[in-house]
Amino acid sequence: METKFALDDDSVVVVVGSGAGGGTLANELAQRGIKVVCLEAGKRHEIPDFINDEWASFAQLAWTDNRTTSGQWRVSKDFPNLPAWIVKSVGGSTVHWAGASLRFQNHEWKALSTYGHIDGADLLDWPITGEEMAPWYDKAEYRMGTTGTNGIPRLPGNNNYKVFAAGAKRLGYKEFHTGNMSINSEPRDGRTSCRQLGFCFQGCKMGAKWSTLYTEIPAGEETGNLEVRPQSQALQVEHNAAGKVTGVIYADRDGKLHRQKARVVAIAGNSIESPRLLLNSHSNLFPHGLANGAGHVGRYYMRHTTGSVYAVFDKPVHMYRGTTMAGIIRDESRHDPSRGFSGGYEMETISLGVPFMAAFLNPGDWGRDFTSALDAYDRMAGMWLVGEDMPQADNRITLNSEAKDAFGMPVANVNYTDHPNDVAMRDHAYKQGTAVYDAVGAQRTILTPPYPSTHNLGTNRMSDKAADGVVNKWGQAHEVENLFISDGSQFTTSAAENPTLTIVALALRQADHIAGRLARNEL
Amino acid sequence: MRSPDKRVPLSRRTFIGSATGAAMIAGVAGTARATIPSLKTAPSPQASATLLKMARDIYPHDRIPDLYYAKAIETIDQKVSGSDATSGLLADGVAALDAQANTLFQKPYTEIALEEDRLKVLKAIEATPFFSRVRSEMVTALYNQKEVWTLLGYEGSSYEFGGYLDRGFNDLDWLES
Ligand SMILES: Cc1cc2nc3c(=O)[nH]c(=O)nc-3n(C[C@H](O)[C@H](O)[C@H](O)COP(=O)(O)OP(=O)(O)OC[C@H]3O[C@@H](n4cnc5c(N)ncnc54)[C@H](O)[C@@H]3O)c2cc1C
Ligand code: SF4
Repeated sequence: METKFALDDDSVVVVVGSGAGGGTLANELAQRGIKVVCLEAGKRHEIPDFINDEWASFAQLAWTDNRTTSGQWRVSKDFPNLPAWIVKSVGGSTVHWAGASLRFQNHEWKALSTYGHIDGADLLDWPITGEEMAPWYDKAEYRMGTTGTNGIPRLPGNNNYKVFAAGAKRLGYKEFHTGNMSINSEPRDGRTSCRQLGFCFQGCKMGAKWSTLYTEIPAGEETGNLEVRPQSQALQVEHNAAGKVTGVIYADRDGKLHRQKARVVAIAGNSIESPRLLLNSHSNLFPHGLANGAGHVGRYYMRHTTGSVYAVFDKPVHMYRGTTMAGIIRDESRHDPSRGFSGGYEMETISLGVPFMAAFLNPGDWGRDFTSALDAYDRMAGMWLVGEDMPQADNRITLNSEAKDAFGMPVANVNYTDHPNDVAMRDHAYKQGTAVYDAVGAQRTILTPPYPSTHNLGTNRMSDKAADGVVNKWGQAHEVENLFISDGSQFTTSAAENPTLTIVALALRQADHIAGRLARNEL
Repeated sequence: MRSPDKRVPLSRRTFIGSATGAAMIAGVAGTARATIPSLKTAPSPQASATLLKMARDIYPHDRIPDLYYAKAIETIDQKVSGSDATSGLLADGVAALDAQANTLFQKPYTEIALEEDRLKVLKAIEATPFFSRVRSEMVTALYNQKEVWTLLGYEGSSYEFGGYLDRGFNDLDWLES
């Protein structure tokens, strides 16, 4: 029977969001006998509902509620109301994600000590080290069934990977393979293996790719300790006179407001919505927003330094066949300031179908130069470049005082401008990406600007000192004892790697911490 | 390697049931006969023909027959017809386009023979809301047609065929591994 908890049950932990962070935390707490209500703004779509069609799937799963943008980034010009490409659905962006699961490198936990002070950037060391995280990464990889770990074979490379790998080899790169992917290469954990559908970004219709939607969430529900409430958007977190949170006000599908009482609240709405919710929870006691006494909520928004290189060959490639992210080159992920920038980047294959290619290859472009690239669609290979971007105080999420959503909640404005380090890194990455394809005879290469952000990080950052950030090393708000942040917004710095494995590892670690404190009656 | 057939199968060619009910005649085997869209908000045949030409000039693919451009224009027409603020966009836009064509070449847009000359006219109106709306709507109105995917060599949905595991996901054979 479906578990239901009463609105006035103040013994529950309320988790806001059911994606990588929230879904994992909710399950892990439920496994330890803790009662959890997970509020999710989106609907519940299951595997059979997924659609192998880019725009139709986007309409089904993506967060398309209004957001606004500002700053110098090109996304603000081309897609002023679509700063991010993320999901509003049970499972969060783990429904859309490609599955690339990489650990941070040890030095990336210590960005400030490793890179030194960089003008215009607000670097910090994380209050956690790589050594401390290693056992949590082990657990996360096992849970997610990451290939290349735990004896799980890597996936076979597709055509897009063959071109990429041949170029990497000719160029003298050493570390390239089909990646560490949380996609079953053989049946595992009650889920089947990948059939190379090529629609990883649209929800995996095989269930081969890990998503909280059909792993963590049903596992948590099975314990009888987890209730997931879809179409329930948290609008405000409430607190008492002592400054402890007491519950969450949320709107249901009909716009009706409810108050779910809580012993602990954990927010995991992804890095645009989590600070939006905190900022919107301002009160007499917290006039600038909950947990925002030091003024950091919403700041240091990071999205990774990204870009893509597409190359046209004289023979067919059919890059869209098979896993969307089918391989990786890791040689450039090191920190090596002799390249003219700090931090590093990964090179990963990517493929878009014709509909998305038309929209994202070079937004706004038209004419024969543009269409001749699409004419060569079946002879194209592609890679995505993803590297560390600099945290900057003014790259931030704020509440837009003019625009409100259907429930009257001010929408988030996303302000972003590249740091010179980001620009230098992207230029280098474009050059190396082009060289990979040139090495195997590309007729033409196309440099594609960053898409709306798929990796959204850092707006409630972790810091040792309360004056430097929003949460401590456990994701606990410096200012509010029983409030936790459980998603990518905790990130102190972005590192070069795709973030989800780290979000999941942090959520597992946080669950252990919260469970211990609850058992000791400390929260 | 397995290369899909880029011809659109006849069974997949649909006749346009346009807003005004007029049906389009599909071209045969790639040599499409003149096809013009039938529009609610810019009903004159001249306006339709101008928009069709403009659509082709914005996203020219010699391989894609007029039919699919006509469909795209009808999709845009349908969208702008929904609101008073935009229902004049196409008709007024065509008038402005022809005015620009007259200024530069002393003839209406469709009568300018050379593509490069027509591009000069489009460049001159590139910043107008009319041009930018038509261009940006075309991105989905044109490229989100399954027949266009086929013509460009994209095979689309694969789940119902068991994915590409046994259908060439790694059949590239022109490179050493
Ligand atoms: C196309 C694509 C490809 C990607 N590929 C990779 C990859 O290969 N590797 C990788 O590491 N990462 C990848 N990512 C990124 C990855 O998906 C995200 O980093 C990760 O899912 C973020 O986890 P999260 O918990 O922060 O948020 P999410 O997973 O986005 O979950 C947040 C959830 O909270 C809900 N929510 C928000 N606000 C509220 C509210 N007020 N009330 C209730 N619910 C709310 C949202 O609806 C959403 O469901 C990809 C992302 C995309 C979009
Ligand atoms: S390619 Fe594999 S992981 Fe991606 S959607 Fe298909 S079956 Fe799922």
